[in-house]
Amino acid sequence: MQIDLAVQNVTKKFKDFIAVDNVSFDVPDGQFFSILGPSGCGKTTLLRMIAGLTEPTDGNIEIRGQSMLGISPNKRPVNLIFQHLALFPMMNVRENIAFGLKRRGDSKSVINEKVATILERVDLIGFGDKKVDQLSGGQKQRVAIARCLVLEPAVLLLDEPLGALDLKLREQMKVELKKLQAKVGTTFVYITHDQSEALVMSDHVAVMNKGLFEQIDTPQILYNNPETPFVAQFVGDNNAWSGRIRRCKDTRAEVETTQGPVFRTTVRKNLQSGAQVDLFLRPEAMLIQPDPSLTDLNRFEVIVKDILFDGANSRLLAHPLDADTELLIALPQTRQFDHIQKADKIEIGWDEQSGICFSRKENQD
Amino acid sequence: MKNQKRWGLFFFISPVLLWLVLLIVLPQIDLLVMSFRLENDEGRMVWSLSNYLSFFEEPIYWLTFVRTAIFSILVTLLTFVIALPIAFYITKVVAPKFQGFLLVLLLLPFWVSELVRVYGWMILLRESGVINHFLTKVGILGQPIEMLYRDSTMILGLVYTSMLFMVVPIVSVLESLDDSLVEAAYDLGANMWTILFKIIIPHATPGIVSGSIVVFMLTLGNYLTSNLMGGKNSLWFTEQIYNQFIASFNWNQGSAFGFLLLILSSIIVWLGLKLTRQNLKKVVQ
Repeated sequence: MQIDLAVQNVTKKFKDFIAVDNVSFDVPDGQFFSILGPSGCGKTTLLRMIAGLTEPTDGNIEIRGQSMLGISPNKRPVNLIFQHLALFPMMNVRENIAFGLKRRGDSKSVINEKVATILERVDLIGFGDKKVDQLSGGQKQRVAIARCLVLEPAVLLLDEPLGALDLKLREQMKVELKKLQAKVGTTFVYITHDQSEALVMSDHVAVMNKGLFEQIDTPQILYNNPETPFVAQFVGDNNAWSGRIRRCKDTRAEVETTQGPVFRTTVRKNLQSGAQVDLFLRPEAMLIQPDPSLTDLNRFEVIVKDILFDGANSRLLAHPLDADTELLIALPQTRQFDHIQKADKIEIGWDEQSGICFSRKENQD
Repeated sequence: MKNQKRWGLFFFISPVLLWLVLLIVLPQIDLLVMSFRLENDEGRMVWSLSNYLSFFEEPIYWLTFVRTAIFSILVTLLTFVIALPIAFYITKVVAPKFQGFLLVLLLLPFWVSELVRVYGWMILLRESGVINHFLTKVGILGQPIEMLYRDSTMILGLVYTSMLFMVVPIVSVLESLDDSLVEAAYDLGANMWTILFKIIIPHATPGIVSGSIVVFMLTLGNYLTSNLMGGKNSLWFTEQIYNQFIASFNWNQGSAFGFLLLILSSIIVWLGLKLTRQNLKKVVQ
């Protein structure tokens, strides 16, 4: 498989602040690759280096096997969709889309044909003569994408382009972007701080924190098998417990949490007893009032503090009997748990396979 | 109650009204009336258009006006060409904390009067001036040359005087230019010149036009710089007006010239707006 974009040991320093710290990754042809991280983690800087708007302090960036160092952005086969889209307000939709083609010196008939084709592809037939400020948020989005895609870049870079949209439209655009990418087959590199955007759309996701890549994997692996505590907490919700290993044999361990309950869990590698650990538990890993016949479950009792109703994503906010730690527990809307009220005492169970355990030492950074 | 409010309004607005009516409107009306009056052979004042007609009949008058107008347009263009990079540098290139400092530097010369500034230039440029002295000392010039009283010197002085009035409006429009527009154009394959002509100038047009109108009007109506730096050869239209009032003591002719200057310059501005497809409302905003 052809590698469209290769980033090799790229570092960017601003005075004594390291924005991007020795990052390497490859993006194969046609992939939807996301970089997910909190704001200020250096993801925008990384993207701007790929686009050529910033030069890396160190390292190499290759696009389709050619080093891009020292090549200005107007000569690179990549295009960037800006966070606020940066459509040219002084031009209409057609002129916006034709801008790059004109700079390339294509003939008028070729430009007209290409613009018409791309307008059709992004479902904006008949919008060519509209002014940019006459468009809705979603339409502007599509014009911005069309403006870049019409140039057939090797890699399309997207800098949180959905951030400015309202929730409903964002959900819709997520699906549309994914479909569009599948249709055109262009390699997308997408950066976002919204984990749901990254998980829904991407083939591969890199989780970035403080200038470093913590993990690059498929969304499923990232969610189910995070390699670092940061990934565990940043991707999806997680309940964190701190504790101490009481006994450990191969990958099975018994953890005594500081909050009280003692849990059996699987661990990645053999840990010494007495080691300090962090244990992460997904809200949906915790079953409410599990069937008594199920063995191998860690069971403990909690008191319901509140019910956070949010349709299919409803949660219970609860705390263990003798501790203050707040837990989020998934509340399936199957009507089975409608009787649960505030201040109820309920039993919770979770399978020992679903705990994610890290030794505390890795956690210190 | 309502009456009281009206009196209050009247009370506060009256100084402005008095100012406007007594010092601006009335004298203008008087001048306008005067421009249509002429002393006939019997020494009586009669209504006449001949003050206006003489402008078109006497080539020296209208040629002076054409010369003044062409030079003013040239000064406006030169000022724009110099002001745009300066404004761009102040708004987009320099660190924000120096922006205010640079703007103050631009303003600083305007704290002294135009007269003093023009004399400053004269000290620099005249035959026995600083520049000539330096150039002859270094040996570049064999003997000092007169740099004053040339058209080019006059243009230099006028551009210098007008600079601020072009930089400030362009700075204010460029401040609203989103950097990402420039970056997006760059990313889409544009080079520096395309970015300048397709993105920056179209965005800055309202500021450029309003700056140009101010600079053009100020230059056209300038008396001091053009006369002191251009000398007797300057042939600036304001000088003609001055001559009519002061030298010939022909106030009727002078006021006719004054109104012609107003009308003709307004027509030029209107044409300029039409040519750049701008309207005054957008520019004034």
